[in-house]
Amino acid sequence: MALLEVTNLGISFGGLRAVDEFNLSIEKGELYGLIGPNGAGKTTVFNMLTGIYKPTDGKIFLDKTDITGRKTADINKAGVARTFQNIRLFGDQSVLDNVKIGLHNSFEYGTATGILRLPKYFATEKEMNNKALEILSVFGLDSAADILASNLPYGKQRELEIARALATGPKLLLLDEPAAGMNPNETRDLMNTIALIRKEFGITILLIEHDMKLVSGICEKLTVLNFGRVLSSGLTSDVLNDPEVIKAYLGE
Amino acid sequence: MKNMNKSTQKLLSTIGVIVVLYIVLSVMEGTGNLSSLLSGLLVPVCAYSLVAVGLNLCVGYLGELSLGHAGFMCVGAFASAFFSKVFMNTIPDVPRFILSLLIGTCFAALFGFLIAIPVLRLSGDYLAIVTLAFGEIIKNVINVIYIGMDSKGLHFSMKDMLSLGMEPGGTLVVNGAQGITGTPRQSTFTLAVILLILALVITHNFVNSRTGRAVKAIRDNQIAAETVGLPITKYKLIAFTISAAIAGVGGVLYAHNINSLIATTNNFGYNMSIMILVYVVLGGIGNFSGSVVAAVVLTLLPELLRGLSTYRMLIYSIVLIALMLFNWAPSILEYRNKHGLTAAAIAAKFKKKNTKEVS
Ligand SMILES: Nc1ncnc2c1ncn2[C@@H]1O[C@H](COP(=O)(O)OP(=O)(O)OP(=O)(O)O)[C@@H](O)[C@H]1O
Ligand SMILES: [Mg+2]
Repeated sequence: MALLEVTNLGISFGGLRAVDEFNLSIEKGELYGLIGPNGAGKTTVFNMLTGIYKPTDGKIFLDKTDITGRKTADINKAGVARTFQNIRLFGDQSVLDNVKIGLHNSFEYGTATGILRLPKYFATEKEMNNKALEILSVFGLDSAADILASNLPYGKQRELEIARALATGPKLLLLDEPAAGMNPNETRDLMNTIALIRKEFGITILLIEHDMKLVSGICEKLTVLNFGRVLSSGLTSDVLNDPEVIKAYLGE
Repeated sequence: MKNMNKSTQKLLSTIGVIVVLYIVLSVMEGTGNLSSLLSGLLVPVCAYSLVAVGLNLCVGYLGELSLGHAGFMCVGAFASAFFSKVFMNTIPDVPRFILSLLIGTCFAALFGFLIAIPVLRLSGDYLAIVTLAFGEIIKNVINVIYIGMDSKGLHFSMKDMLSLGMEPGGTLVVNGAQGITGTPRQSTFTLAVILLILALVITHNFVNSRTGRAVKAIRDNQIAAETVGLPITKYKLIAFTISAAIAGVGGVLYAHNINSLIATTNNFGYNMSIMILVYVVLGGIGNFSGSVVAAVVLTLLPELLRGLSTYRMLIYSIVLIALMLFNWAPSILEYRNKHGLTAAAIAAKFKKKNTKEVS
C-alpha cells in the first residue's frame, strides 16, 4: 500500500460540493504535485488530510492506518505536517522558538521541571536548540534565530513554516503554495531547497502549486483538480499532455 | 537564546528593585518614618500584585480574558483563613501557615481547573463571561455559609448560626456575611515580598519553558499549534490553573493580614477583578514586572492623594488615562519608538551605563 491512500474523499459546505470523489495515492519518497485553478478545492483537500475539516465521505490512510476524521494534533503525531497558504507562524515568538515548538513532541520534560529549572530542563533545552538550529540551517535561517518570526521577510516566513513542519518529524509534508508571493529567483531557490529536504530528511512531499510550469520541473507525479473533482492524474509528462487538462486548465 | 537572556535580565532587575524597595521601606518602618497608612498598605499591595501577575499569565500568555480573578483570590483567602482558624490551637504557627498557604493555593487552583475544563474547550469570550459569573457567585455563596466547631467536629449550615446546633462551648469559624474573624495575622511584609518574588520567578520560568512555548503558540495561532501536534486543551488548562493558583496566593496573604475577613463587592467582587485587570493592561499585557509596578502605583496613588480629598478620584482617573495613552495610543507609541522611549530601549540604555561603570 502507498504511504498516503485517499479514496472517494468528499466534503460539502452547505449546498456547495467543494471536493467530490477525490482519489490520491502517493508512494513513499515521492514528490507529488496537486494543481488546479482558483477555488478548485486544493486547500480544502489539505484541510481534510490534516483533520481541520472532517470529510463528509471517503477514507484517508497513512501508512496503512486510517486517519480519517481524527484530531489535527493526532494526525500530526501520526506523521503529517503542513504549511499554510496564508502563513500561520507563531509571530510573537523568535524564529528559533517557532522551530522548537515543532520539536515539542520529540523532546520531553514536564511543566514542573521547567518551572523549577531542574538539570533536565537545561539539558533538554540545549538539545532542542541544537536540533532547531540544525533544521534552520537547511534554509539559511540559523543566523536569524533570535529575530521575531513576524519580523522576517515574507519569503523567509514561508521557509520558516516549512522548517517548523519538518521539526515535527513527518513522514508526509504538505506544502500549500510554498512559492506564493516570491519572485522568480526566490522561487527557484525554494524549489531546490524542497528537492534537497526530500533527500536529506527522507520524506514524502505533496505540494500545491498554482503555477503549472513550476511544479512540472520538480514533481514526478501530478493530480489536477477542477471544480472539486480530479481531472487527471499520473506521471507529470502524461498529465501535462492530457487533452482534458490542456483544454480546462492550460486553456487558450 | 538572546531573547531568553533579555527576559531573565528583566526579571533580575525587577527583583533587584523590589529588594531595594523592601529594604528601604523596612528600615523606614523600623525607625518609625512610615505613616501608619502606608505601612498598612504594604501587604495588600503585594497581594494585589500577586493577583495581577496571575491574571497577566492568563491574559498575556494564554490570550484569554478573565473577569473573575478576584474570585480565585477570594477562594484562596477563605480556604486558608478557614484552615488557620480551625487549627489555631492545634498546629504551631509556622507549619500551620505553610499548610494554610498550600491549601489556599490548591483550592484556588482547583476552582480554576474546574472552571477551565468546560470553558477552555470553547473558543471566544466564554471564559470572560463564566469567570465574571464565578466571581460573583463565590462571593455570594460565602456570605451565606455558617460553619461552627465544637468537640464533636465541624457543623455546617447555609441558613443561620442557630441551625448549626453547636454545643455551648463551640466556636463559630465562618459566620455568614460576617465572614471569618480572628484569623492569625501572619502576613508580614517580608513574607509578602518573598511570595511576590517567587511568583515572578515561577511565571518567568513557566513562560520560557517547553510548556510555556506551547501556551504562547496556542495563543498566537491555534490552528498552527494543532498542526504541529500540540494538545490544546491540556496546555490551556495548565496555564489557567497556574494563573488561578497565583491569585489564590494573593488571597492567602490578604486574609492573614486582616482581623475580619468578609467577602464584599469591593474586596473580592467585580470591582476588584476589574481593578486587577486595569493593573494588567496598564502595566503591559504579558509584562509581569509591569503588572507589579501598576499595582503598586495605582494602589498607593489614591492613598497618597487623600489630602486632596475632593479631587482625589479626579486626579486618579487622569493618571489612569495618561498611563493608558502612554502605553497604548498608536501615535504616542510611534513617538516613543522614534525617540527610544520604549521599555526595551530604556532597559538597554541602563545596561550600557552599568557595563561602563563596571569596566
Ligand atoms: N470553510 C468553508 N466554508 C464554506 N466554503 C468553503 C470553506 N472552505 C472552502 N470553501 C469553498 O470551497 C471551494 C474550494 O476552496 P479552496 O480554498 O480549497 O480552493 P483552492 O483550490 O485552494 O483555491 P486557491 O488556489 O485560490 O487557493 C471554494 O469555493 C471555497 O469558497
Ligand atoms: Mg488554496
